[in-house]
Amino acid sequence: MKPRLLFSYLLLVLIGIAALYPALWTLLSSFRVGNSLFSDHFIPTQWTLNHYRDLFRVRADRAIPYTTWYLNTLKVATASMILGTLIQLLTAYAFSRFRFKGRKPMLMLVLILGMFPGFLSIMATFIILNTLDLLDSIWALVLVYASGAALGMFVAKGFFDTIPRSLEEAARIDGAGHMKIFVSIILPLSRPIITYISLTTFAGAWVDFIFARAILRTPEHWTLAVGLWNLVDSYNSTEFTLFAAGCVLVAIPITLLFMYTQRFLVDGLTAGASKG
Amino acid sequence: MKRNAAAACWLSVLCAGLGQWYNRQYAKGLLFVLIHAAGIYFITNPLLPHLKGLMSLGDKGQHLEKVGKIFKNVPGDHSVFMMIYGVLAALVVLLFVFIYILNIRDAVVVGRRREQGAELRSLNSNVFPWTLLAIPFLGVLFFTIMPILFTSLIAFTNYASPNHIPPKNLVDWVGFATFNKLFNMNVWSNTFFGVLSWTIIWAIMATVTCYFGGILVALLINQKGIRLKGFWRMLFIVPYAIPQFVSLLIMKNILNEKFGPINQYFRAFGLEGLPWLNDPFWAKVSVIVVNMWIGIPVTMVLVMGILTTIPRDLYEAAEVDGASGWMQFRNITLPYVLFATAPILITQFVGNINNFNVIFLLTGGNPATMKYNNAGETDLLVTWLYKLTLDFNQYNIAAAVSILIFLFIAVFAIILFRRTRSFKEEDMIQ
Repeated sequence: MKPRLLFSYLLLVLIGIAALYPALWTLLSSFRVGNSLFSDHFIPTQWTLNHYRDLFRVRADRAIPYTTWYLNTLKVATASMILGTLIQLLTAYAFSRFRFKGRKPMLMLVLILGMFPGFLSIMATFIILNTLDLLDSIWALVLVYASGAALGMFVAKGFFDTIPRSLEEAARIDGAGHMKIFVSIILPLSRPIITYISLTTFAGAWVDFIFARAILRTPEHWTLAVGLWNLVDSYNSTEFTLFAAGCVLVAIPITLLFMYTQRFLVDGLTAGASKG
Repeated sequence: MKRNAAAACWLSVLCAGLGQWYNRQYAKGLLFVLIHAAGIYFITNPLLPHLKGLMSLGDKGQHLEKVGKIFKNVPGDHSVFMMIYGVLAALVVLLFVFIYILNIRDAVVVGRRREQGAELRSLNSNVFPWTLLAIPFLGVLFFTIMPILFTSLIAFTNYASPNHIPPKNLVDWVGFATFNKLFNMNVWSNTFFGVLSWTIIWAIMATVTCYFGGILVALLINQKGIRLKGFWRMLFIVPYAIPQFVSLLIMKNILNEKFGPINQYFRAFGLEGLPWLNDPFWAKVSVIVVNMWIGIPVTMVLVMGILTTIPRDLYEAAEVDGASGWMQFRNITLPYVLFATAPILITQFVGNINNFNVIFLLTGGNPATMKYNNAGETDLLVTWLYKLTLDFNQYNIAAAVSILIFLFIAVFAIILFRRTRSFKEEDMIQ
C-alpha cells in the first residue's frame, strides 16, 4: 500500500475514534455498576441495567421525574410538529402558488426575519409571557415553536415551486376549488417534503434548550433538555451513570430520525443560504 | 360622463364601506362599514388610554395608602403591562389605518373599472392566499415581530432590577441612557467590550476551524483508493446526529478536571491533566475544539455533496493534458469547492456569533471572573444576554445588547440577501 493511503487510513481511524468516543463512553457508562463519573476501565467490569430502571422509579431522596420529562418532551415535540408543519405548509403554499397583493413585501419580510435567530428577542418573549402569566406551561412553549415555523418555509416553497402548474389548471377546469386542489393534488405529491418538515420540527422541539429553560420553571414541567442540564448541574458527578442512561434514551429516537432523514440533509443545509 | 371613481373615493374617505356600497358591492361595503364602526369604537374607548399608558408608563407604583386606620399596600400602575397593551393598541390602530387606506384604494380601483365599463372581478382570487396566511401571520406577529418591537422599546427604559421591577416600582423612559451605560460606564462597558471581542474571536476561530476541518475530512474520504467511503461518511456524521444538548453535556463531563476520562488518560501517562473548563485560556481552547467536533460533520457533508457535482469531463480533460493528481486537485477540486462553499462561510460565521448551545451547555460562560459584570470568561453576547434576562433581571441592558446583535447580523443578512438568487428569479422555473 502506498504510504499516502496508509497515512490517510490512519487519520480516518483516529477521526473515527474521536467521533465515536463520547457516544460510546456514555453508552458504556450507562451500564456500569456504581454512580460516579470516575472509572478505571473504559469497558465496565460489571454490567447492570439498574440505571435505566432507576430512571423510571420515583424516589423520595431526589427530584428526577424522568418519566414526566420524557412525556412532556413528547407532548411538546408532537404538538409543535403538527402545528408547525401545518403552518409551514400553508405559508409555503400561499407564497408559491398565488400572486396576491403584498406578496413581494411579505416574502421579503419572511426572508429577513428568518435570518435572525428567534432567541435574540427571547428577553421580550420572556417578559411578555411572564406578564401574561403564561410562563411555566408546555403549551406556551408549543405556541412559541409553532408560531416561528412560518419563517422556515423556504424549503417547502422551493418544493412547491417545482410542482407543475398544469396539474392544477387541469383540476381547475374540472371544477376543483382552491381547497380541493391543495388537499387532493398538492398534498399527496409533497409527501417527501412533509416528512422532512415534520421530522425536523419534531427534532427541533425535542432538542431545544434555550426557550425550554426560559419558559419552563418548575421541575414537573421541564423537558428532557432542561431536566438533564439541571441533573448535570445540581448532582454534578455524583449521579453520572444515571445521567448517562438518561442521555442514551433521549438521543436514540433523534439519532434514528436523523439517520433516516440524512438524505435530505444537504438540501436543508443549503436551502436558506445559496439556493439557486 | 361618469365620475364613479372620485365619488366612490370621497364616500370611502367619509366612512369606509360607503364607496363600495356606491359601487354596488354591498357585502364588501357592509364589512368595511362594520370595521370602520368597530375601529372608531375601539380607538376611542379602550385603545386611547392604552396608547397614553405607553407614553407615560404609569405615574404611581405600588404604594402604601391609608385605609381606615392602617396602611395597606395598594397596587399601582404596572408599567410593563401598560407597555405590552400600548404596543398591542398601537398595532391595532395601525391595522385599522391600513384597512382604511385599503378601503379607499379599493373604492377608487373599482370605481375606475366601472367608468370603463369593465366587469367587476370577484374577491375570491385575492382572498384565498390571505386566509391561508392568516394564522401563520398572527403567529409571526405575536411571537416574532412583537418581541422585536418590545425589545427595541425596553432598551430605552430603565427596566432592571433592583430598583425598577414592576409591580413594585415604575419603569420610565430614559432615552439613550442604557446605551450610554453600555458604552461609557466602566462597570458595563468593560464587560461589553470584553465579551464582544471574545465573541468575534470565537466566531472567526470556530468558523475557520470547522470550515477547513470539514473540507479536509471530506477530501480525505474522497481520495482515490480509499475504500468504504459510505462507511466513513456515516461514522463521521455521528457527532452531528446526536442531539447537541446531549453531546455537549457529555463533553462537559468528559472534560471534568477531577474525574473526567481525558484527564485520567493524561494521568495514566504520568501527566498532570489540564483544567479544561476551569482555566480561562483552556476553557476557550476547549469550546473551540468541542465545536469542531460538532461542526466539522456539517461542512464535511456539504463538501462531499459538492464534490459529486464537479463535472467529470474536467478531470478527463486534465488527464489528457497530462496533469498530475496533485495538479488536478490544486486547479479543479479546490477552487470548485472553495467557490461553492463561500456563502456557507457567511452563514456559519453568523451562526457562530449566536452559537448559544456550545457555550452555555459546555461552560455556562464560566470560568467566572471579577473583570466582568454578570458574565464569565467564555460568555458570548447571546449567552450574556440570556443570563442578564433570566438570572439577573437586567432587562434594559439585555435589550440594548440584543439590538446591537440585530444590527450586526443585519449587515450580513443584507450581503446574503443580495446573493439569494432563488428570491429574484423564482418565477423562472415554471
